[in-house]
Amino acid sequence: MSHETITPFHGFGLGLRIPHFQNYLNEDVPVDFLEIISENFMVAGGRPLYVLDQLRERWPVAMHGVSMSIGSADGVRADYLERLKALAQKVDPLWISDHLSWSRIEHVNSHDLLPLPFTEEALDAVCANIAHVQDVLERPLVLENPSTYLTFADDQMTEWAFLTEMTRRTGCYLLLDVNNIYVSGTNNGFDPYDYLAGVPADRVRQVHLAGHSQGRHRLIDTHDQPVPDPVWDLFARIYPRLGPVAAMIERDDRIPPLEDLLAELDTARAIAARVAEAV
Amino acid sequence: MNLRDLQSGFIHYLLDEPSTVPQAVHGEAEAGLAVYHNAYRSQLVDCLKDSYERLWAWLGDDGFEAAARHHIALNPPHSWTLGDYGHGFAATIATLYPDDPEVTEIAALDWALRRAFDGPDAAAFDLSRLAQVDWDEAVITFVPTLDLLPVKTNCGAIWNAIAAGQDVPGAAMLPAPGWVRVWRVALQPHFTTIEQAEVDAIRLAASGLSFARLCDRLAQDMGMDSAVEAAGRYLASWVQDGLIADIR
Repeated sequence: MSHETITPFHGFGLGLRIPHFQNYLNEDVPVDFLEIISENFMVAGGRPLYVLDQLRERWPVAMHGVSMSIGSADGVRADYLERLKALAQKVDPLWISDHLSWSRIEHVNSHDLLPLPFTEEALDAVCANIAHVQDVLERPLVLENPSTYLTFADDQMTEWAFLTEMTRRTGCYLLLDVNNIYVSGTNNGFDPYDYLAGVPADRVRQVHLAGHSQGRHRLIDTHDQPVPDPVWDLFARIYPRLGPVAAMIERDDRIPPLEDLLAELDTARAIAARVAEAV
Repeated sequence: MNLRDLQSGFIHYLLDEPSTVPQAVHGEAEAGLAVYHNAYRSQLVDCLKDSYERLWAWLGDDGFEAAARHHIALNPPHSWTLGDYGHGFAATIATLYPDDPEVTEIAALDWALRRAFDGPDAAAFDLSRLAQVDWDEAVITFVPTLDLLPVKTNCGAIWNAIAAGQDVPGAAMLPAPGWVRVWRVALQPHFTTIEQAEVDAIRLAASGLSFARLCDRLAQDMGMDSAVEAAGRYLASWVQDGLIADIR
């Protein structure tokens, strides 16, 4: 893979989750790619790596992390990057993604995807961290828009303006989580369709589709529900603007039988076919 | 507020320490911050439940949740991986249940098995090679997932009964303090309760002592006849259990 570009991959996939290991090992599951949570496989050995070794022979694999903390004012941990790179050398992934968020400061790691202020200072810090990560990993990074539950008083730009400038400065790519756009828009008072209109579609290499739950005062990105209609509607709007893209259902809790997720994936395929024909 | 101060303040808020971050949030801050405040704790509780499943069953939901939240309040995570967060929970449990040693031992067993689950790979020693071993010089290498836990209670029986969904025995002290050895064969973690003398033998062998010297050392404690019998018995179980990676 070139250091500068990521070749697009067109297909429909699922996140690999433990309850479905046996399905993938023993059945001919109709997915075009699998996405793994990188940290679950950044281990010394045992069953997780054994399963991954089998599956990567049969499907392309995208690596999706949750621990990079790309927005940290402390930078990105060298030991983390070293292990991530080692896994990438083993997996030969389609790409490596993580989230536009931060988790760690002053040696405390919250293990949550905490929100960034959309300021020039934060943009500089994120871009410097991305440049470093891309140098170490020797490949472009893919970053996902997270769900957020607040914004900051000092914000100087919209999230999509931040993403546009971030991709322009660093050459990184985007994993567009359509559910997160809906959740953040509802929580923070922006129109998801404005977001879609403003996002640099040519940088999108992957799409996440997921469900959410209603909390007391906020929509919560729980990934424990089927993809709801408003998220499908957003997917239908953005899909024709994207080039070849890897779209997938992301489910992390109350995980249903694999056939239920495959049915949702068929819905994604049908929407993609319908809106592509209409263009 | 600059980025570093904002992030530092945010972490302080999550840790229930004085924080200026509410002033930095746009509009009404509390509802949004509450989501992160709750998510930080609930994710760590879930992580501990995942790593300490049998302890969770033994203590019940309320007891486990209280212990987990006590641990979380005292131990913010530092590692890059959430998988490390369970480290040290057994020590916290020991402070919370000083008069119930089986609780701490179940916790330690849960954690050792979790470590073995995704610990380093090693193929078990091939039985067909036994005949080729020069026992005068042979040194045993154990699989890297081998761990030894001191126990005073029937924690192993409790753990097994919970795992199998059977009637769980009450906590009881062992007739004499013993050990549990934990290891992984292929993809499956195992454990078994063993006596002090076997632990001594494992430690001697793991120190690089040849098997012949190991027998000599055991003989100093138990006499030559008993030492030869015990060493043979231990070696047979180590080989059969897949505890040995190599003998050379």
